[in-house]
Amino acid sequence: MNIYEKMMSIDRRILFVLIALSVIIPLLKPLLLPINVTKEAKHLYEFVDELKPGDVVLLSLDYDPSTMAECHPMALSILRQCFSRGIKVIVTSLARPEGLGTAEMALTQAAKEYRKKNGEDYVFLGYKPNAAAVVLAMGENFRLAFPNDFYGSDLENIPMIKGLKNYKNIRIVVTVSGSAIIDTWVIYAGGRYGVPIGAGVTAVMATDYYKYLQSGQLVGLLGGLKGAAEYEKLIKHPDMATKGMDGQNIAHLMIVFFIIIGNIGYFLGKKAKASKGMGG
Amino acid sequence: MAIQFFIPHQISLEVYRGALDWLMIIAGFTMVLGIGSLIIHHTNKLKHQGEGWGYSVVTLLGLVVMAIAGVRGMGIDTPFMQIFIYAQNPIQATMFSLLAFFIASAAYRAFRARSFVATLLLLAAIIVMIGRVPIGAKIWPPIRDISNWLLDYPNMVAKRAIVLGVGLGMISTALKIILGIERSYLGGGK
Amino acid sequence: MHISSSIGIWIAAFLTLFVYSFLYKDNPFYKFAEHLVIGLSGGYYIVTVWTQILKPKLFTPLLQQGNLILIFPLILGLFMWARFIPKYSWISRWAIAFTLGVGSGISIPSVMQAMIIRQIQATMLPVGFHSYIGWMNLFIIVGVLTSLIYFFFSAEHKGFLGVSAKIGIWFIMIGFGATFGYTVMSRISLLIGRIQFLMTDWLGVLH
Repeated sequence: MNIYEKMMSIDRRILFVLIALSVIIPLLKPLLLPINVTKEAKHLYEFVDELKPGDVVLLSLDYDPSTMAECHPMALSILRQCFSRGIKVIVTSLARPEGLGTAEMALTQAAKEYRKKNGEDYVFLGYKPNAAAVVLAMGENFRLAFPNDFYGSDLENIPMIKGLKNYKNIRIVVTVSGSAIIDTWVIYAGGRYGVPIGAGVTAVMATDYYKYLQSGQLVGLLGGLKGAAEYEKLIKHPDMATKGMDGQNIAHLMIVFFIIIGNIGYFLGKKAKASKGMGG
Repeated sequence: MAIQFFIPHQISLEVYRGALDWLMIIAGFTMVLGIGSLIIHHTNKLKHQGEGWGYSVVTLLGLVVMAIAGVRGMGIDTPFMQIFIYAQNPIQATMFSLLAFFIASAAYRAFRARSFVATLLLLAAIIVMIGRVPIGAKIWPPIRDISNWLLDYPNMVAKRAIVLGVGLGMISTALKIILGIERSYLGGGK
Repeated sequence: MHISSSIGIWIAAFLTLFVYSFLYKDNPFYKFAEHLVIGLSGGYYIVTVWTQILKPKLFTPLLQQGNLILIFPLILGLFMWARFIPKYSWISRWAIAFTLGVGSGISIPSVMQAMIIRQIQATMLPVGFHSYIGWMNLFIIVGVLTSLIYFFFSAEHKGFLGVSAKIGIWFIMIGFGATFGYTVMSRISLLIGRIQFLMTDWLGVLH
């Protein structure tokens, strides 16, 4: 067995334990390193910050439990910014039905913190399938897609939404998502109806949306837990994302260490095989 | 519907709005297909006492309990949402968090710089991994700007090329469906 | 340490640990959690389909408001359910055809506008050799063109085309590398979320 083969025969559960420890230990003993804010997060924050009290934002919480760790802190931060500035929020959840539960959790928590009332300060429209159809329908009339809100109230009886018809009454659509529904918003809401779009996405999707940032089709972009931590810093409300960055720091170093060690072993093994072949 | 985009006449808009409404309704019926298949599969397993049939009891019980809990509504304080928050949510979130362990194992066992392009890929990954977290700037300050540049330029460029290809592909597939050239969505047969 | 006294938190914590037990090896606790979540999701979907879709969008306007045109999507929806009966599953093709036809028609102008024209517009940038932005704009144009050339397989990649495709693959590999780096971040974040739940909400070790 050469050195590479010996290295590869390590039980993977040891690697699992190392990764778990690289997350747990920094959470217990935080490094508290400063978080730098990227320009794409700042642009989104500044756009929302420049809105006046009474302006309306459409916040589409298009994530579910599988991406909640990254998206939930973003959703909370954006809601906190809006509620603290008297900006009214229309909330939908269009990606998957489970998004209703996670959206309800975020909305209820933020509304409680800022003592905001359903129907006056925010409206939760709920979920409808076929996101493209819903996005397009809301461009014509919110009532076309959502005759009732999530709780079953007729939209006509909700004070906040009385004077609102479609995207023309919305200053920005911010979608927080773990799926490709961002493209749906950009193509249909942004492309057809011209409403500004901002996005908070999981890190795995973030690299795909720099093309929309550069073309101006996205106002701003939050990428992953780091993006959520940046927004928490901007709104001056550090929460779970900020605390989570310590775990992120050390775990990333651990993964890089694994990659480097694995490659060193690979090249040493290759060399050993080659010299064995030459000697034999 | 493609032509409707260019016709702002009231009749055209009514057809458009009607079509969107119908799409949402039909999608609702489609979702029932998945639920029905799930129930049929596990009921059959139970009937024939196939391997692991005990777990099918768990599945069907969970389905029935959740459906009954939903009778009292979906608000945050309802039994339905409490089951979602304390049972469904944690299991789903934890299932996906398992990926962190598997990616660590893959990083050690599989990510190899076997060629020049593979080395480029790994280097870019390492720069982004270190540069995008606060500790990167602490270890080597320029890495933050390098990772920003990498995302804003080479990454953006590659993704733009891909989206141009994807966009053209989507349009050609849509045209093929409309013109009847592409019929695989009908499932074959008579 | 302030361990939670909430039954819900304890149930959530145990279900979390059941799933994590898979890391040691597959076992009945993991299988129980896996099958439970499938069942709960099924029940969740049933409730959502009725309360969020069929009742407000179809049955209330059709039966209470007399919007009779909705009989047509009702029929198409029932056609979709024909898939449950193998002998009549061909009927569902009408509903599928309607959905795909409308979806395809809607997508053509919007995708052309947002994914093609706007993206090409954003690539048409002023080039200059006396400023950083000028050089970076040239970098963008060269990068997009060479990456597109890499995906052009109607001609053999040799000569000028070959060199361009080679440069294109470098850009693509850097893009994929960035995606991979971010993917690692994403997966670790999901783990951080669950660890935070266990240590904050359940064990009360963190605040």
